[in-house]
Amino acid sequence: MTSPVPACIRLTGLTKRFSGVLALDGVDLEVAPGEIHGLLGENGSGKSTLIKVLAGFHGTDGGRLEVAGTPVPLPLAPDAPKRLGLEFVHQDLGLIESLSVVENLRAGEMAGRRMRISWADERRRANEVFARYGISLDPRAVVSDVRPVQRAQLAIARAMEGMRKSREQEGRPGGLLVLDEPTVFLPREEVEQLFALMREVAASGASVLFVSHDIDEVLRVTDRVTVLRDGRLVATVRSAETDHDALVERIIGRRLEALMPAAHSGASPAAGAALLAGVTGLRADPLVDVDLEVRAGEVLGVTGLLGSGFERLPYALCGADPPEAGQLVLDGSSFALPELTPGRATPAGIALIPADRKNDGAVPSLSVTDNVTMPVLRRYGHRARLRRRAMTEATAKLMDRYDVRPRDPELPLSSLSGGNQQKALIAKWLQTEPRLLLLHEPTQGVDIGARGQIFDVIRASADDGRSVICASADHEQLAAICDRVLVFARGAVVAELTGTDVTKDRITERCLSSVTLAEAIAEPAVAVHT
Amino acid sequence: MSISTTPTDAPAADPSAPPRSHPRGGGDLVRRFALPVAWIGLIVLFTVLRPDTFATSANWASMLSTQAVFLILTLGLLIPLTTGDIDLSLAYTLTFSSVLVAVLNVEQGWPIVPAIVVAVLASGCIGLVNGLASTVGRIDPIIVTLGTGTFTFGLTLMIAKQTTISGVSDGLVKWTVEQSVLGIPIEFFYALAATAVLWYVFEFTALGRRMLIVGRGRSVARLSGLRVDRVRIGALVAAALIAGVAGVLYAGTSGSADPTSGPSFLLPAFAGAFLGATAILPGRFNAWGTLIATYFLATGITGLQLMGAAAYVQQLFYGAALVIAVGLSQLASRGSESIAGPQS
Repeated sequence: MTSPVPACIRLTGLTKRFSGVLALDGVDLEVAPGEIHGLLGENGSGKSTLIKVLAGFHGTDGGRLEVAGTPVPLPLAPDAPKRLGLEFVHQDLGLIESLSVVENLRAGEMAGRRMRISWADERRRANEVFARYGISLDPRAVVSDVRPVQRAQLAIARAMEGMRKSREQEGRPGGLLVLDEPTVFLPREEVEQLFALMREVAASGASVLFVSHDIDEVLRVTDRVTVLRDGRLVATVRSAETDHDALVERIIGRRLEALMPAAHSGASPAAGAALLAGVTGLRADPLVDVDLEVRAGEVLGVTGLLGSGFERLPYALCGADPPEAGQLVLDGSSFALPELTPGRATPAGIALIPADRKNDGAVPSLSVTDNVTMPVLRRYGHRARLRRRAMTEATAKLMDRYDVRPRDPELPLSSLSGGNQQKALIAKWLQTEPRLLLLHEPTQGVDIGARGQIFDVIRASADDGRSVICASADHEQLAAICDRVLVFARGAVVAELTGTDVTKDRITERCLSSVTLAEAIAEPAVAVHT
Repeated sequence: MSISTTPTDAPAADPSAPPRSHPRGGGDLVRRFALPVAWIGLIVLFTVLRPDTFATSANWASMLSTQAVFLILTLGLLIPLTTGDIDLSLAYTLTFSSVLVAVLNVEQGWPIVPAIVVAVLASGCIGLVNGLASTVGRIDPIIVTLGTGTFTFGLTLMIAKQTTISGVSDGLVKWTVEQSVLGIPIEFFYALAATAVLWYVFEFTALGRRMLIVGRGRSVARLSGLRVDRVRIGALVAAALIAGVAGVLYAGTSGSADPTSGPSFLLPAFAGAFLGATAILPGRFNAWGTLIATYFLATGITGLQLMGAAAYVQQLFYGAALVIAVGLSQLASRGSESIAGPQS
């Protein structure tokens, strides 16, 4: 673009390596003044890295940045983004929920002042700010009491106030508001209010960089869209001149037709096997009335976009995070899920390997033996003397079997690599002989070699007749281990992939289309009810 | 004393395994035995400086026995500290128990045995309140025990009518200080036995493992099927019962009960527990480390007082020791964290 007005920001040839791996490979991005610009890409495509470079979190290995036509040296100093009028609102919004709206809005301002705070003045100012952007919000309300969209509006208003101040101080027009997935936790009908605010911001002369997974939302609100894939720029296109399918193709990097063979080939290996576990009427915000079944020997993947609720499933099925409602039938016995506790789940044959290894999975400061024997301490002497030697021997055997290195059961778990820690935790739970194995991101923070081994262990444990449910946003992983994948959106299953459809690209494509699918499913239902 | 988790206990799982880079290596020996060595150094120092007063069997007998009450209280404190809860009420529970024994025995004319039983059980009730409020009530145990401790202090002053009660049963006094073995009053051996029992429970029982896991990772413990609340309540009750026993011994040591003595136990217990966690099993609250820490602190204070230092040296010493000990144990745990690989 060669416009007479300089771009709000222009990045050229942005390159960033993480221990040799290219996260960004010569990416160009230009956002025009007053433009709403979408940024799309899969997990790992480089979106977050790019934003973190703009926020001054990451250094760079090459590339130039111009803000309003003026070159700015990279990496940015910690205070540079604010001075340059770059403001960020992340999906967690960064609000203090227990404080009032005005306290959140003016916190930075008030902290700098020495004299008495005039609350009447502060409230008047807050009302002026809200009026400027057409937001209706009571400055005295406590943030945790206001609706989700109002929280998002507050966070944006606060960012825009920061931008206005830097404009006044630096005498520079414009500014860039970066919105990093701000809509994922918003109810459908409130998203439009957020879009109105984004248009208001753009009308005031600032630009918006809107990061989202939701292609339809991006198409609805943006002027142009940039797509990244594997750290490279795929294209920047006008939103009015493209459509959903074209964007999906660009994100995945393959023609959609090639993915389309819906002709369902062959049954999954477990299709004939007996039903082992069934879940009915599971409700755990945002999951609504989820029903699903898993067969013996089957690995079932559950996935979806951020905010779809799929990641709550493993925790809801073992008492770790009891749901509001739901029933689990496992091998003939029935459990009311709201009453299930982890203590009852283990003897019932349910095991969970959580994603947060440090806080939920293990005690890193204790030895491998102490960590691995945790759920089976009873075996080693309940009241009397604990048979420590038997514990270390059993742990050494498990370490052998699951190739946990170095093979010393007395080492603190924290001294093992991430992959070996995870293998130890898989050993911890498989020794309880579960019939239903629940996994959440089983290879997060795991090196590539261990990842393959973990896949093998998961497959092998299913082949032994177990049922496995794996919740993950890592589509490659799901494709590698799953017989069947369920895609969630807005708390419900919207797509099911089986057989040869269980590929990384198919899963990604279904996720990217999942919100559209959810609406298509929801609308007739609404029509019936009303 | 042997610790079960020494590397030699571990079976050689794989002869071809790479050589162990064990965290309990040579440098670790220094950390484990720095405090015992410092204690011996202190003893040698004061023996040389004050051979006539410090290095006497009378001084040693008195030091070993007067610290027994502190040591038992501190051992009690180790239990909730291990399960991850701080109990500020134990020192007041001790005083409460000693006063209750004196009131029942001296003023109400009860025989000593039922008086002891009632005092210890009443102490356990304070622990039960702490436990229920901290778990079912979801209140931070620091706040709970600050409240119950202060309440107990007030209750103690009330039942004692704010005066020291003397004339506690000779039987109790006899079985606390008058009986002696090798010239050392028998209460020292009670404390020694308590140390051994706690060491055994912490190191060799499933209960000990559970307490440690609950203290180090509540969420992991819960997800591994451990009954976290029950373990925490049990720990707070056990600590209060032990404080109650310490209170009985305190009444027996002097034959009287001073209702205002609570605060003087609070800090030494914490100083002993945290300093003890820097020795023997560094980074972990442990019984033998606590025994050494308690006597290390007592030796320092006694020595300084024999050198002519004023009574306030006690507060200076305990206060400084607590902060330094916590600092050292932070360093110790940071050290073990840094062994962790770069992977999350």
